[in-house]
Amino acid sequence: MRNVLAIARKEFRSYFSSVIGYIFITLFLAVSGWLFMSTFFLVGEASMRGYFQWMPWLLMIFVPAVSMRLWAEEKKLGTIELLMTFPLTDGEVVAGKFLAALGFIGLTLGLSFPVAITVAVSGDPDWGPILGGYLGSLFLAATFLAIGVFFSSITENQIVALLLAFFTSLFLYIVGMPIFLVVIPDVLDGFFATLSPKTHFESIQRGVIDSRDIIYYVSLIGFFLFLNTRSVQSRKWR
Amino acid sequence: MISVRNLSKSFGPTRAVRDVSFEIARGEVVGFLGPNGAGKTTTMRIITCYMPADSGSATVAGFDTTSQSLEVRRRIGYLPESAPLYDDMGVVEYLSYVAEIRGIQKALRTQRIREMVERCGLEKVVSKDIGELSKGYRQRVGLAQTLIHNPDVLVLDEPTSGLDPNQIREIRNLIREIGREKTVILSTHILPEVEMTCDRVIIIRDGQVVASDTPERLRQRSAGGGTYTIRVRGERARVESSLDVLPEVSRVNHRAEESPGMHRFEVTAGRDDIGEVLFRWAVDQRLVLAELRREDASLEDVFRELTAEEVEKHA
Repeated sequence: MRNVLAIARKEFRSYFSSVIGYIFITLFLAVSGWLFMSTFFLVGEASMRGYFQWMPWLLMIFVPAVSMRLWAEEKKLGTIELLMTFPLTDGEVVAGKFLAALGFIGLTLGLSFPVAITVAVSGDPDWGPILGGYLGSLFLAATFLAIGVFFSSITENQIVALLLAFFTSLFLYIVGMPIFLVVIPDVLDGFFATLSPKTHFESIQRGVIDSRDIIYYVSLIGFFLFLNTRSVQSRKWR
Repeated sequence: MISVRNLSKSFGPTRAVRDVSFEIARGEVVGFLGPNGAGKTTTMRIITCYMPADSGSATVAGFDTTSQSLEVRRRIGYLPESAPLYDDMGVVEYLSYVAEIRGIQKALRTQRIREMVERCGLEKVVSKDIGELSKGYRQRVGLAQTLIHNPDVLVLDEPTSGLDPNQIREIRNLIREIGREKTVILSTHILPEVEMTCDRVIIIRDGQVVASDTPERLRQRSAGGGTYTIRVRGERARVESSLDVLPEVSRVNHRAEESPGMHRFEVTAGRDDIGEVLFRWAVDQRLVLAELRREDASLEDVFRELTAEEVEKHA
């Protein structure tokens, strides 16, 4: 655990060693805030539903940008050779990098609290869906992140990592949308709906925490982190 | 301290390392010498647990590099080729990160970092980012990183490549100093480096060990007798013809006419010591011998001989 935290701290700090981290946070808050505020005052409803409605699409684009650097840069600079010869297990490094990025995204999401305050001031919101929305966003972000970190580990080109992560996340999300579900045979509807993070995001967002949704997210994250460890080990395959 | 047995490793059809075996004793400084692509880096990567061998085994301090990899990695300080470091980190920040990962307790870290800064001569750059450093300083930060946990074994891949002569000298001095108390294995294709820093040389070619000995003894192995440089005042043709008839001399090369009548020749001896013969020859021929000097067979000659086959193949 000490090693995981050491890696996580180092990676987390590196988001702020240049202006990139600050630009990212500002951009995310500005875009999400603008998308929300442009309808909030028209709808005249004290809820953050309009805020979380855009969240999956925003995360899909922003999260891969947060994760693309994590392994690709190590490969490009050659620092991976030092990293992997430190007395750390591959799993510790994977977990450390994932936690750092999750912490960064969690911070970004947390900094959107003025939106919640605005909603609270303008009416009497139901806090369940708001907390659920944040929790759902965090889980969704973590899932996209696990996908993003994995794709970062299979290339040394950050743009390739970004695109692969974006399209995979997009695909997973779209298979849960009605537009996809109507074109496939009805028997598969249930399968794809369950597979898609969209279904589970909306379920948590309602403010109801169902253990099935949590299990879904945790296993999908676990799956991609496992793939990540395997791809890091691939240099050792004979 | 390091024991490598029958190590082999291929990358696709390329056999990077073939059946390599050697032992390195505690406290030895060993130079790994070979042309580019001979398998030096691959062997080092196997020793440092970056990648496993296809067959054979390597142990460091008695621990196997595949089955006890964490134990091995704890005992090694490794500097990969061209010192890959994080450009966006500060020098102290980076050393403190490595110290943490290397399990140095928080209370001891500052002290340890200070020692490394002093030892590797980093005082002038402590407040800088790694990205701003010159190659020489980068290399020193790389070395500081290998030493921070006081490992028994240092593995340095081309520690002086790409540095200017002053930087090379400084890094070499540092390595020599480190070598007094630690087992060091360093790779290079620069020969003087080995002579200056290493107790022993392992020459590797085409993934195979072709020689393993002290620099002095390798030099002695160089075939043929010595080479002499002489400067003589006299007529060139007469000097050449009279030298040629000497049975001890196997070859005479005219090098230059330095001033009218003063010639420099390179004389290759058939047997070892012909200094006396050359002196007597000059007296007999009534020639003025301005200089008589034996050239040391250099490690370079040995290296060229041992790796010649490959050079021809590539030519």
